Amino acid sequence: MNKNQEHLLRQITDTIEPSLTAHNIRANGKSISRLSTKNINIIAKKNGTGLDIIIQPNTKNEIVHIPVLIDESGIEECVYNDFYIGEYADVQIIAGCGIHNDGTLASRHDGIHTFHVGKNARVKYMEKHYGDGQGHGKRNMNPKTVIEIEKNGFMEMETIQMQGIDSTKRSTTAKLAENATLIVKEKILTQGDQTAETDFDVNLCGENCSTNLISRSVAKNASRQIFRAKMQGNNKCYGHTECDAILMDQADISAIPEIAAHHLEANLVHEAVIGKIAGEQLIKLMTLGLSEKEAEEQIIHGFLK
Amino acid sequence: MLELKNICFEVLQEGKVKQILSGINLKLQDEKFTVITGPNGSGKSTLAKIIIGIEKPTSGEIFFNGINITNFSITERAQAGMSFAFQQPVRFKGITVRDLIQLAAGRCCDEQKLCSYLLEVGLCARDYMEREVDASLSGGELKRIEIATIIAKQNTKLAVFDEPEAGIDLWSFHKLIRVFEKMHKAKKRAILIISHQERILNIADEIILISNGQVKKIGTRDEILPEMMDIVGNCKFYQSEDAVE
Repeated sequence: MNKNQEHLLRQITDTIEPSLTAHNIRANGKSISRLSTKNINIIAKKNGTGLDIIIQPNTKNEIVHIPVLIDESGIEECVYNDFYIGEYADVQIIAGCGIHNDGTLASRHDGIHTFHVGKNARVKYMEKHYGDGQGHGKRNMNPKTVIEIEKNGFMEMETIQMQGIDSTKRSTTAKLAENATLIVKEKILTQGDQTAETDFDVNLCGENCSTNLISRSVAKNASRQIFRAKMQGNNKCYGHTECDAILMDQADISAIPEIAAHHLEANLVHEAVIGKIAGEQLIKLMTLGLSEKEAEEQIIHGFLK
Repeated sequence: MLELKNICFEVLQEGKVKQILSGINLKLQDEKFTVITGPNGSGKSTLAKIIIGIEKPTSGEIFFNGINITNFSITERAQAGMSFAFQQPVRFKGITVRDLIQLAAGRCCDEQKLCSYLLEVGLCARDYMEREVDASLSGGELKRIEIATIIAKQNTKLAVFDEPEAGIDLWSFHKLIRVFEKMHKAKKRAILIISHQERILNIADEIILISNGQVKKIGTRDEILPEMMDIVGNCKFYQSEDAVE
């Protein structure tokens, strides 16, 4: 791994050392390190399009890292990773993608992750997207997440994009069985002329299943964001979606929630708030001695924490 | 010492100039506990905002410890030693009580010190430190956190409180009074409170009565009381804490 790749890895996986846990590190289109464990098997797909990650039933407290690193300008790829989480497993999956682009060609990663969450299994899935580099070449990412949660299954997905991604289209579709739960926490910051589109489509199929989709975002400069959240209640279920966005400069944000109840006992709620930073929040922090710019940074940092 | 020289403040209302403050002259001595009182709409809160820099006076000058701060920004005044507690404390999404106290205290403070600021306003640090300063906190809790930020701010030479009794329950108000009494005793800083409350007037060294944007009288509680009754009558003004909403 070169220095750029090491830096990207640190940005998307924080302080955890992937080499000690089940992992596959993909750099510039190739796997550069892979480790399976007794309970977690990572196998390359025969057609070469991605990986199958098979987590045995009852696997507890294990972590899987599937980071993607790109530091060669002009790489464009589409990768299919399928996760099979066995019954009663309780695991953490850390994915994410980092692109360093010093060149003039666009780099792009489209990651299609499919999760089969078995009965009574619990998954915490985190993906962090990060870009840097001095070149004019664009850094684009289009993550697609397909989720199926079986009876009593639970999945929490945390998706974070804080800097350096010029264009992103994120699509998440989910189907929930009886008593299944899906929680999604999305945090996005865009600046310059970046664009970010988010698209959720959750089907609440099983009795007493529930979902909570929470998006917090900040759009600076001339960046643009679109948030779409569709929830369909097909049974006795609960769904809540919330888009909370701070708008700055000449940025543009659209929030388009859609809730559809196809069952008398489907309980669906959507909330969307878009607005600039409240003047009184800036004033309060300025009375503590912060400059207006410092106050703004603190408010955004807290909001996206 | 804070000195206001001939402060005037006008606003445009329905195309007409409305005088909110007309020639306010005041001197606030260091370490004194001063209360500005007066009927609703008399210009008290506007005066507090002018002192702290949220509003700019139409004319007049403000001196703080001998320096003309009339053109200082809010930040510059805060850095010069002024602190301000809002009538309606501001709520933040994602910013915790710890973040706010830490921002107020600057970098100098250790954990024990941070906790002590919350303790001073009667809040248990363990229960509150990691909570967000948002709508999940009650009015009374927010007020106390607001005051804790003022105690935490190390350089405070003048603390201004805008109607600390507004919007809190009786129980919280009693606790607040004790905090003010303690601050008064400590005499670490000049305290200026905008208030209608008898309990707060009782502990003031000096009371300034404002009416129709002008200073009507400056004196002790006993000197001010008859004048206040003349201006507002025996209504909601100057009653016991039962008037607290």
